[in-house]
Amino acid sequence: MQKIIKIIILFIFLFVIGIFYISLTRDTNYNTSSLINKKTPEFKIISFDNSNFYTSDDIKKNNYTLINFWASWCAPCKIEHPILMKLSQKKNLVLLGINFKDKDSQAKTFLSELGNPYDLLAKDKNGKHSVKFGIYGIPESILINKELMIIQKFVGPLSADDYENIIKIIE
Amino acid sequence: MKLNLLLLLFIFFSKFSFAAEKTVDPNLIHKNLRCLVCQGQSISDSNSDFAQTIKLVVKDLIDEGKTENEIYEFMSDKYGDWIVFKPQFNTQNSLLWILPYIVLIFGGFFIYSFLKKRQ
Repeated sequence: MQKIIKIIILFIFLFVIGIFYISLTRDTNYNTSSLINKKTPEFKIISFDNSNFYTSDDIKKNNYTLINFWASWCAPCKIEHPILMKLSQKKNLVLLGINFKDKDSQAKTFLSELGNPYDLLAKDKNGKHSVKFGIYGIPESILINKELMIIQKFVGPLSADDYENIIKIIE
Repeated sequence: MKLNLLLLLFIFFSKFSFAAEKTVDPNLIHKNLRCLVCQGQSISDSNSDFAQTIKLVVKDLIDEGKTENEIYEFMSDKYGDWIVFKPQFNTQNSLLWILPYIVLIFGGFFIYSFLKKRQ
């Protein structure tokens, strides 16, 4: 009986230590790795000028599409803008910009001042579409292929390394 | 008489349970969803932009007729299990749910056999 008690105490001790170890070493930051190789949801989003809708079928026509969520009030969006301008020159990549919870006039000013890198421009007035893509803050970008599979997701402004990474994938 | 009373009670409570099944309380769902851009706050507690958007989407999903669990599954699918405060019962979390019952059964058995031996 004494032996069993000792074994049980040892087991509980190891279990508690194990739980502490796992909890303390676990990265609790939001991680996008689980989204890679997942299919993007079917969507239908209104174009920025309200003239038509963009759907998942529009994405299927392109080899690669970078969906970029941005807004004129978002300071990091200005930081990543030169990288988007550079990416807009790549033939194998279509840029779909989704203007997020923004005023049309301010968004237009933003693009006229900094340039418009987007091949397709849509808007998400109340942010509901962003939830479908698992967006929780902007800027965020999602690189997808013509099968609508997510190849890479970038949280925060695109960096020079991200640019190189995208170029490697699409070329 | 007793039978009638029992029947009446059964109808009364079953009506309650059906009503509970049908209505999905958005506030309950908001309380069980984590605000990913806040420090330890739920969607219910937060006034952040993210929380406001999630509240709109939860309302839409309820209007579409989704159940509470379906809404949690939708959110977990988009943002990972981290967004739900109460972990879902799946293969990854099964130990978390089952272990307390195993400990309870083994603990009870252990105490019973320990006391029996002392007697």
